[in-house]
Amino acid sequence: MWRRILALTIKELLAVLQDPKSRFVLVGPPIIQLLVFGYAASFDLKQVPFAVYNQDASQPSRDLVARFAGSPTFREVAAIHSDAEATALIDPGKVLMVLRIDPRFTRDLLSGRPGPVQIIVDGRNSNTALIVLGYASTIITDFSLGWIAEHGGQDPPALLDVRSWFNPNLDSRWFIVPGIVALLTQVVTLVLTALSVAREREAGTFDQLLVTPMSPLEIVIGKSLPGMLIGMMEASFIIAAAVLWFHIPLRGGLLPLFIGLGLFLLSMIGAGLMISSLSVTQQQALLGAFLFMVPSVILSGFATPIANMPPLIQDLTYVNPMRYFLIVVRGIFLEGSSARSLLPQLWPMAVIGVVTLAAAGYLFRRRLY
Amino acid sequence: MSDSTEITTTAEPAIVLDSVSKSFVTGGRIVRALDNISARIRSGVVTGLIGPDAAGKTTLMRLIAGLLVPDAGRIVALGIDVAREPLRVQGALGYMPQRFGLYEDLTVQENLDLYADLHAVALVERPARYAELLKMTGLGPFTRRLAGRLSGGMKQKLGLACTLVGSPRLLLLDEPTVGVDPVSRRELWAIVYNLVENRGTSVLLSTAYLDEAERCADVLLMHEGRTLGQGAPGTFTRRVAGRSFRVFAPDVGKRALQKRLATAPGVTDAIIQGANVRIVTDKAAPPDPRELLADMPHAEITAVAPRFEDSFVSLLKAPGAAIAAAVAAAVPREAPARKAPGDGEMIVVRNLSRRFGDFYAVRDVSFSVRRGEVFGLLGANGAGKSTTFRMLCGLLPASEGTLRVAGEDLRHAAARARANIGYMAQKFSLYAELSVLRNLRFFAAAYGLRAARQRERIEWALSEFELKPFANARSADLPLGYKQRLALAAALMHEPEIIFLDEPTSGVDPLGRRDFWRRINALAESGVTVMVTTHFMEEAEYCDRLVIMAQGRILAEGTSEEMKARVRSAEIPDPSMEDAFVALIQNNLANGAQAA
Repeated sequence: MWRRILALTIKELLAVLQDPKSRFVLVGPPIIQLLVFGYAASFDLKQVPFAVYNQDASQPSRDLVARFAGSPTFREVAAIHSDAEATALIDPGKVLMVLRIDPRFTRDLLSGRPGPVQIIVDGRNSNTALIVLGYASTIITDFSLGWIAEHGGQDPPALLDVRSWFNPNLDSRWFIVPGIVALLTQVVTLVLTALSVAREREAGTFDQLLVTPMSPLEIVIGKSLPGMLIGMMEASFIIAAAVLWFHIPLRGGLLPLFIGLGLFLLSMIGAGLMISSLSVTQQQALLGAFLFMVPSVILSGFATPIANMPPLIQDLTYVNPMRYFLIVVRGIFLEGSSARSLLPQLWPMAVIGVVTLAAAGYLFRRRLY
Repeated sequence: MSDSTEITTTAEPAIVLDSVSKSFVTGGRIVRALDNISARIRSGVVTGLIGPDAAGKTTLMRLIAGLLVPDAGRIVALGIDVAREPLRVQGALGYMPQRFGLYEDLTVQENLDLYADLHAVALVERPARYAELLKMTGLGPFTRRLAGRLSGGMKQKLGLACTLVGSPRLLLLDEPTVGVDPVSRRELWAIVYNLVENRGTSVLLSTAYLDEAERCADVLLMHEGRTLGQGAPGTFTRRVAGRSFRVFAPDVGKRALQKRLATAPGVTDAIIQGANVRIVTDKAAPPDPRELLADMPHAEITAVAPRFEDSFVSLLKAPGAAIAAAVAAAVPREAPARKAPGDGEMIVVRNLSRRFGDFYAVRDVSFSVRRGEVFGLLGANGAGKSTTFRMLCGLLPASEGTLRVAGEDLRHAAARARANIGYMAQKFSLYAELSVLRNLRFFAAAYGLRAARQRERIEWALSEFELKPFANARSADLPLGYKQRLALAAALMHEPEIIFLDEPTSGVDPLGRRDFWRRINALAESGVTVMVTTHFMEEAEYCDRLVIMAQGRILAEGTSEEMKARVRSAEIPDPSMEDAFVALIQNNLANGAQAA
């Protein structure tokens, strides 16, 4: 039995490695996506363009403006003198924020009352708007604390002292890059295995394979091993790039990471082979893979937290292997989690893998016409 | 008509080809699809473009239709330079590619409307035009049926009707009759003749069926991108006149006789035809039986009419033809008789049915095949032969009935049964990106051959099939004939007791086909049971016994002689397999009509 499986595995590996198109699938997308996600995808905002509408021409208001202009987060692009000008800048997206200081600002401050300041943000991208507001309120809080220190006055009743665990600077790259390990491994493994049976079916070689004494189990194992091997290599490459190139801390052990990876690959190969055994052509298989991939990424918590989803959708994420693996990689990278603490994430992936592989094996013989 | 290949015509030729060449680059290799082709296609007649697969027929058609640009040379169709004014040519001719672009989700009428729109046929002309086309193709009662629900022959006729909707003066038909049942094939030919006679349309029709040559007024014979000759079919057959004979020798088996005659001096070609062997000699004189068959006193040699194929084979084997040497060198080897041919039933099929939804692809089929027999499953596309075949190989479960292959019931011991069978899929499916050696190694391992045995069998395959020089070549780059050999070698790795061949020689040139059948005959002699499906009537002649299938049922079972004998009459004194097939189908239809 193992001899036959070995023969099939070698054949699969050769078929993938000798075909220039499949070779590209292994090398091209991972590198491109690693660069795109590593550099371009970031929730951090830098150099947010903003306009100043300062109706209070005096020293304190200029100080406040200087705090904004001097921060690396903001970049002053215009000084305006009317509400109409604010509209003209925000509508075409030239600025994301307008800082408007009321004429009574200095007068109120000096008389011990809060000085009115208005922030107008472009709310079209709610996520960016929230982040801009957060930064702005930090600057204003700092200004208030500075004012109290210099001019006296009542301290604010509660003072916020923020400590961010696991990611002290809240660098969003630390959050995204470990996610890429899951994302890229999924793309490569799924596409590779989804094409493997469909390619043979299209060429007519699958019939040839099925008339040999090989059992569906042998075919499933022989078709899974190359995906496992290639997926492991891809993932190792991305993990190495995350640690050595992007300097993401790897706080946990490699063993639990690779246990999680192995189970994730198992479930991906199962899904891929199932798609493949349902498709008649490679085109269908590719379409099927993407039909699986897009919701799987969105429902994984890669970008948006699962906890924010409606309950019904949250239930749906339990059948998504990527959901579990994301917790595993992020846990091991940032928290240094152990395999034992990740057990609740590991067994569901194993179950999904076994079920999908069994279904693929069953479908090999059923879906022949 | 003169005997020379130069054709003198009064009318302007429909197509003039002047030293046309076209190459393609595939996988870093340059393939010369057409090599310096010059010809004049007469107008107002049917010209057959005849040749095996990869002869360059489709490339030539596409060049004439202005869909490709030649690398060198000039093409003038209907007096228009094709390379310069492709749109004008396309407006004047009708081109029906091999797989015509019918919209399967539209009805027959909607397809016609669509093509009428595409060809900008005026609305006022349409009713008369449609009526004529529907009458011609017999599709009148089916205008509301979806094109996808039509039979293969009807689809082909609809494709032809759509091509004709723009009233082209020149019609290019690319293999319109391949895979179509013989009855529809005859109907298609009738439509083509009708067009030529009543409208003076010029037709260029390509085909891989050599027997269709005789239906054309002119023939352009192509092989591997070159023209082997042009002229009326008679000029080809006349060249081999008096050289074709039928040999019958009751003392030896037909296969042994064929093997002996194939290598006999003075014999150009020897093929099995029913119980006889048909030979073509190199001189136009009857061979001396005492010389040719000295030890067979009862042998009879009868002169028969020459066929187009005889001429093709003799052209290919003519001195100077490169392939001739290779085939001559391939002297058949004695295959060791592993199992004595006996009467054991290797395949037993009883009341087999296969349903897809409420449609019966195969209905109540029964037959059995003995050890060492070559058994044929003959039928058009969609007759149910592929479905039957797949069930026999264990690729498809049966809905009803019993199937025993090599003594094992396929329902219970499918894996054990599969270890005893070899399977050669249609189109010689192998791993295209792997080398010949890797393919052989994989199949050897897949059949569980161990190290030493595996090496031995691979060595056997490489030498027996003369694949040694190609051992490290990508199998996708092999010529068609070698792909076929590799596919057969892979199927024989584990020395199966039964071998299944699905359309084994479709599209292969006549020499390749002979080479292939020489091997199959040797296998059958050594006790291997051979099961063949084919829509190729010629191939039926190589079988010991065959069944003819149509609409999922068996119409007839027996030897090819028996089938032909049934239709022998005063009008058809020497019926072909196709005549037999057509008569069977027509009888079946008549019976069906009576029953209904």
